[in-house]
Amino acid sequence: MRKSVFSLMSLFVVLSLVLAACAPAATPTPEVIKETVEVPVEVTVEVPVEVTPEVVAYERSETLYVSGAAWGPPSDWNPFITWSKANTTGTIGLVYETLFMYDPLTDELIPWLAESGEWTDANTYDLKLREGITWSDGQPLTAADVVFTFELGQKYAALWFSPTWNYLDSVTAIGDYDVQFNFTDPLYQEWASNLYNIPIVPKHLWEGRTEEEVTAGANENPVGSGAYLYESHAEDRNVWVRNEDWWATSLLGLKPAPKRIVDMRFASNNVALGAVIKGEVDLSNNFLPGIATLSEKGYVQTYFAEAPYMLSANTAVLFLNTTKPPMDDPDFRRAVAFAINTGDIVNVAYANLVKAADPTGLLPSLAKYVDQAVVDELGFSYDPDEAKAILAAAGYVDVDGDGFVEAPDGSKIELEVTCPFGWTDWMEAIKVIANSAQDAGINIQDKTPDYGAWDTALTTGTFDMTLNNWAGMSNTPWTLYNLLFNHPIRDVMGSGNFGRYDNQQMFDLVDQLAATPSTDEAGMKAICSQIQELMLTEMPVIPLWYNGLWAQYSNAVWTNWPSEAENIPSRLPCTWSGYWQMGGLLTLTELEPVPPSE
Amino acid sequence: MRRYFGRKLLIYILTFFLAVTIDWLIPRFMPGNPVQTMLSRAALRAEAVEVMYGYYTRAFGLDVPIWQQYLNFWNALFHGDLGTSVYMFPQPVTKVIMRAVPYDIFLLLPAILLSWYAGNHFGAFAARTKWLDNTILPVGYILTATPYMWLGILLAWVFGIVLGVFPIAGAYSFALRPHLSWTFIRSVLHHWFLPFASLFLVMFGGWAIGMRNMIIYELEADYSHYLEALGAPRRLVRKYAFRNAILPQITGLALQLGVIAAGALVTEVVFSYPGIGYLILAAIQNQDYFLIQGCFLFIIIGVLLANFAIDIAYVIVDPRTRLGMTGEAA
Repeated sequence: MRKSVFSLMSLFVVLSLVLAACAPAATPTPEVIKETVEVPVEVTVEVPVEVTPEVVAYERSETLYVSGAAWGPPSDWNPFITWSKANTTGTIGLVYETLFMYDPLTDELIPWLAESGEWTDANTYDLKLREGITWSDGQPLTAADVVFTFELGQKYAALWFSPTWNYLDSVTAIGDYDVQFNFTDPLYQEWASNLYNIPIVPKHLWEGRTEEEVTAGANENPVGSGAYLYESHAEDRNVWVRNEDWWATSLLGLKPAPKRIVDMRFASNNVALGAVIKGEVDLSNNFLPGIATLSEKGYVQTYFAEAPYMLSANTAVLFLNTTKPPMDDPDFRRAVAFAINTGDIVNVAYANLVKAADPTGLLPSLAKYVDQAVVDELGFSYDPDEAKAILAAAGYVDVDGDGFVEAPDGSKIELEVTCPFGWTDWMEAIKVIANSAQDAGINIQDKTPDYGAWDTALTTGTFDMTLNNWAGMSNTPWTLYNLLFNHPIRDVMGSGNFGRYDNQQMFDLVDQLAATPSTDEAGMKAICSQIQELMLTEMPVIPLWYNGLWAQYSNAVWTNWPSEAENIPSRLPCTWSGYWQMGGLLTLTELEPVPPSE
Repeated sequence: MRRYFGRKLLIYILTFFLAVTIDWLIPRFMPGNPVQTMLSRAALRAEAVEVMYGYYTRAFGLDVPIWQQYLNFWNALFHGDLGTSVYMFPQPVTKVIMRAVPYDIFLLLPAILLSWYAGNHFGAFAARTKWLDNTILPVGYILTATPYMWLGILLAWVFGIVLGVFPIAGAYSFALRPHLSWTFIRSVLHHWFLPFASLFLVMFGGWAIGMRNMIIYELEADYSHYLEALGAPRRLVRKYAFRNAILPQITGLALQLGVIAAGALVTEVVFSYPGIGYLILAAIQNQDYFLIQGCFLFIIIGVLLANFAIDIAYVIVDPRTRLGMTGEAA
């Protein structure tokens, strides 16, 4: 079996070599295209090695060194494999592109592969592609590629965007550059996020692939439409080289400044810190405690010159397990919210690198959806006396005199707050949570199980209280609410509502929000206001602080980094998975090389 | 002789079988579910998670009963297939390990052999030499008691950051692609030096102390006194003592060589060196059943081979073993 596969592969190698030799000759005949389709991409990796002379040493002045994005060694370049995409974050964004980009700082969908897109009626979305976009192999990118990509989700349930087909009926190409999507009861909010998250792949290279190759193939030497091409990789790096024929250079006048991007993976934070200090990293997206000092001493630059230094990327939320007493009591939950000293988390655990969260949990980039009147009336802040008062009023008193309150039925309250072991910033944070709750008379201890044990407790609902931050920056408040109030309640809650808060009224509101057109801002605000009112009354989750978009940059080789200062581009300086199309790539187009000093 | 090795071989096969079984069992006893963990990290929609959970559970062969998984594991093992890594999906485990092992060998083999040679000779030389015993051996004690981690960070800080003469991360410059040239070879050696030095120093201290203590014991033995009484020169007495004292050190050396495949976890983490040590850590953190199994399989094989080598080495270096075998089955 293995042997026959091997000989088959070597056949393909020979075939692809022959093809590669023919390729530049002339316009390929239809037969040749058909042949190319048969070639699995795993094999075509051999080709550039044979035909192009390798560049073996990178010029410092043309190379951008980044770190902090890769979680593991590069393992695949398949834009559809979600769980290892964090090992090679450039797959989507640098190589494969999305129809739109999204800029969280201006809350704008930026037409990208698409020139425009709009809802022509409640169930129809018309998309117009830009003319003149080519794949890196020279083939044009057309409506057929978009249709093909979306239909992969219809064919293969194991693709992450497959559930879109629950409300998507058909995707039709009209001519070469127009695509029409037809829906029944579309989820507008999710659709908008699909537009800048689903990577478009070339039909001519993917249509011959088996289900396994699409869903689980490594897709080495990827052919995309993006600004960079795969060049090489090793266990601790991904190297991308600029695509000199990138469509946006001629169509939009954009050209990323670095000829190469070397995305480095460091085994530990102290290595990352050392590399930052030595100026070996131009952009570090690692969480480095103490970066504030380095920033003030001028070693690195951060988005804000002062605290919190970083933009906010996601909300750290305390989930309370509402199936367990006393956390099934909204009064108790509200008391916990008032008992937590978020100020200490921000100042002590994070040394001012983060900001305290809005009581609604919505990120600053979505602040317009916060109903300030609701927050003024129902919001919470650190106030141990208020916490004690709420507890006393609800019948929680210290009966046995151990300094901690007992439940109204007299039973002892002993709770744990958890986070995975090794997440040092969170470990500090839950210490603060436990201590401040104890000061208010609630017996909460901090525990740090292994990630696996923590994850099992989280998804099966056996924890008491735990931190989570899985809703990142997004175009819609629905992303956060979908995490907080995911429904229906199932045995394993794998993607939200870990505390199993069961309230049909809330679920209906979230569903209503999902089905509100993204253009109907007033409608969205009205629903958000109701959600916030219910959330702050019932307090099933407690938003605590915003984790930062950790980014520190050096001006030694590249300048014009994003900053709050005027006349400087405000983009997300981020190379994390999913952030290239939220400003990461545009940051690169605005970088300027530092002229070599004499 | 044949009977001796025959029996040894049987024991090795049994040990291998048991060790591999335990290796297979342990990750599965860890709390948590790797597929669920990887999926929840991707933070997807609930519907997608459910479908993908089923898909990947099947893909990793985790959907069949546990006994079936065990049989499948042995079956695949005999076909040279260690499965697909969960955390580095879809890379096969064999490929992942094969990419990392050369770095370990390159880092550890010289460190172990050189420190063993230098440490033993230095220890033997220093023993009973007053000024050395009083000055340098305490340094040896400090070295061997130093955690690798700490020494590594110290070296990285001083030579990498303060003096800036050595790089602190990677196996070769991030500005290079592997190719055959002096620039590249220099870069590899340059990156290799600090991790090597931290390993060498700590191990050197250990061997030197061990040898020094052992040789003092041997110098107190009757045969040494007898030789001295006969008026044998100091060098000769030491030579005999050294030959006896080296035996336990050979065992130590072989065991060290056996776990080469385990890499040097801490050193690799501190210097971000892409060996197998760091891989094991990541595999355990990510509950990557197949990668854990694969890494430990290499360690098991390494240790068994090392033990086998010790058995042979003893026959060669220690005549008593040889005599024992011919007289009575060992």
